Amino acid sequence: MATPATVHAHAPQGFIRKYIFSLDHKVIGIQYYFLALSAVFVGMLLSILMRIHMIWPTAVLPLFGEIKPETYLALMTMHGTIMVFFVLTTAPQGGFGNYVLPIQIGAPDMAFPVLNMLSFWTTFVAYMFMLAAFFVVGGAPLHGWTGYPPLSAIQSAGPGEGLGADLWITSIAIFCIASLMGALNFITTTLDLRAKGMTMMRLPLTVWSWFITAILGLLAFGVLLTAGILLLMDRNLGTSFYVPTTMVNGAMTWHKGGSPLLWQHLFWFFGHPEVYIAILPGMGVASQVLSTFSRKPIFGYRAMVYAMLSIGFFGFMVWGHHMFMSGMSPYSAFAFSILTMCIGVPSAIKTFNWLGTMYKGRIRFQTPMLYAIGFVSLFVSGGLSGPFLAQPVLDIQLHDTAFVPAHFHLIMGVAAIFGIFAATYYWFPKMFGRMMNETLGRIHFFITLAGTYAIFMPMHYAGLAGQTRRYSQFTEVAYLQKLIPLNTFITYAAIITIAAQFIFVINLFWSMFKGPKASDNPWEATTLEWTTATPPPHDNFGGVTPVVNHGPYEYGVPGAPKDYVMQTDPASVTAH
Amino acid sequence: MGLALMALIWLITLVSTYFFVAKTWWLPVGASAATAWIDKQFALTFVIMGIVFLAAQLSLGYIVWKYRDSPSAAPVQYSHGNNTLEVTWTVLTTILFVGLNLMGSNVWASQRFDPPEAGAVQVEVTGMQFAWYFRYPGPDGKYGKTSPNLMDPSAGGEAAVGLNTTDPAAKDDVVTGTMYLPVDREVDLSLRAVDVIHSFFVPQLRFKQDAVPGLNIHMHFKPTAIGEYEIACAELCGLGHYKMHGMVHVVSQEDFDKWLAAREAEKQ
Repeated sequence: MATPATVHAHAPQGFIRKYIFSLDHKVIGIQYYFLALSAVFVGMLLSILMRIHMIWPTAVLPLFGEIKPETYLALMTMHGTIMVFFVLTTAPQGGFGNYVLPIQIGAPDMAFPVLNMLSFWTTFVAYMFMLAAFFVVGGAPLHGWTGYPPLSAIQSAGPGEGLGADLWITSIAIFCIASLMGALNFITTTLDLRAKGMTMMRLPLTVWSWFITAILGLLAFGVLLTAGILLLMDRNLGTSFYVPTTMVNGAMTWHKGGSPLLWQHLFWFFGHPEVYIAILPGMGVASQVLSTFSRKPIFGYRAMVYAMLSIGFFGFMVWGHHMFMSGMSPYSAFAFSILTMCIGVPSAIKTFNWLGTMYKGRIRFQTPMLYAIGFVSLFVSGGLSGPFLAQPVLDIQLHDTAFVPAHFHLIMGVAAIFGIFAATYYWFPKMFGRMMNETLGRIHFFITLAGTYAIFMPMHYAGLAGQTRRYSQFTEVAYLQKLIPLNTFITYAAIITIAAQFIFVINLFWSMFKGPKASDNPWEATTLEWTTATPPPHDNFGGVTPVVNHGPYEYGVPGAPKDYVMQTDPASVTAH
Repeated sequence: MGLALMALIWLITLVSTYFFVAKTWWLPVGASAATAWIDKQFALTFVIMGIVFLAAQLSLGYIVWKYRDSPSAAPVQYSHGNNTLEVTWTVLTTILFVGLNLMGSNVWASQRFDPPEAGAVQVEVTGMQFAWYFRYPGPDGKYGKTSPNLMDPSAGGEAAVGLNTTDPAAKDDVVTGTMYLPVDREVDLSLRAVDVIHSFFVPQLRFKQDAVPGLNIHMHFKPTAIGEYEIACAELCGLGHYKMHGMVHVVSQEDFDKWLAAREAEKQ
């Protein structure tokens, strides 16, 4: 097998080359992880400010003052954008994918280490551009994370649609470039750098999920990049891709002949696969953790792989279900709707197989397992509201109501975050050489699971009652005023749940320096990262090239000396 | 730990289900011809998804408790899965999801593909930051020409939608800030937007449609109960999105005629 040209047995010694501009996928993975960690706290802070404003619109907050409706929309836009791009895309793929994938396939590094470093630092630049939007004249844009033109294309359409919007689009464009580089690296690495014996059907499901995510990223981010460049041109170079003849703020714009729906098609062609970019790695982690802690092979390995492949495949054919109310041809709604329902099938298969994996197992309840079980619960809850929204006739009532944020927060938001938590508690010992605190982990889990449901279940009820999305306050519409008590409950639930996240942060940093030393394989797991030292040496396996003899989830094998068979164990251990 | 986890998952499941079943917060009472169909499809989807939700969550809770590790636990059943089961649940979910979808499709089709009934009342809805305007073509049944160059949103009324008053067809056009509709008569709606995208949403009428700059979107629906219904903008349109609010007054045909005649008289 090929090896990356720039991997050396010994790590560079200078601080800058070792920790800042490192070529080591493990360092880069941790860099991505901490970038996402900082972003998730920014995103959570924004959400709590939004929730407070919705309930107490005239409240004067320390440091922030009174939040105006336009500020609310800016908070909302930045919350969505930062969470989707810099948390849900960055942590599972850039963070854990980078750290774990090369080790799990037995490679010394990613295929293109320099490209890997470049994609992280490009992501970092994108993040700086995004944050800068807060600090320019007019502030951050108010057009939502979906950025529908003409609102996002015309400077006079609202506060924040000036320089703030330009920075926002530029940031996303830069992020697309970073993601494209990352995707190429992941795909090449998975295809070319697998150790001897690591056939595709012996890959851990985590590797499959990162691999499929990378393919989705490669196909989706290019489209968003193009769409973003066209939007920048509409704003600054006098083109009219997205804007027809319009009058904004009492003045005619120069535009003519553009189509606002063009943006929606391009955006959602990216936007729907993006949902799977966020959730697929979580599915991979859930599979890995459920099997490990149930001490049982994954139920239906091949079915899991085919399910992920078909989710990825169908994911590119359903973007129109975001546009049933957009004025798009009502005939096309049939096709988008049926294809969307089809995507429910592989999702259901995965759920059945996760339950099948735990069934007749011997479940160990360490924190990673708790989060994987929570992932399954959230995946079911968030998934089952999908068939409502996928039916155009029900979408008439539910589109752009609180039912939609309830649905996508449960599934691509919190379920994906539970995947990240499971991954953190699971791989932390390997990454930092120490164990995290179990008691804190359990407390964190129980509050977070209960809190998540307390926040997002009531949003379904509010949506059914017709509560429109993206309203900064409910004072102007009579029927919305009746929903204020329900929203007050949600706000309190959000405050408690967000406060509980500090338990996680304390656990993370305390354990990093003070946690008990971890052994090489603390979970008695089978995949390759647990065969090497903790933390792994610079070239991952200390000059040894692992040889793989077994599938990834050989637990409870009859006749084997232990209750698990590592992938590198000699073939003679079992008959399999 | 297994017991605590089962208890929490079951509790969440049952409490969540309770509020759906009790309909503490629910769809507002419908007031249009489409209500019966839409609400029936809603109910069907709720029952099916509710059963799947309960079955999946309750068995998840049960499995984590039942198969918890302990010194006395039964040995693990070594299995890589079961192809018959995989095929069975794949086929069943496909039938369920696709079937459910097809059942709802005829409502969508009848509302969107068929033309409005003869004698439908024509109304043009125009959305702009942050107000709705409604135009009735008057006795001639023809909308007068509008032009973006004539629009003056600050003036309101006819000027706001850019009505060209020199066009003969515009002479009898009525532009208002409140929508009046006759009950039990189909409405032939034209939707326009002058600046950014808005969305015309009336929960009781089970009606929502985006208004998009550059497009003139035709829809039809039939209000079936006299009453006042709120319009809420359902597409983010700028800082005043939350207060882009309007009213639909569904009245008897007689009251509607009187109201329209009074507006025509005001105009002269």
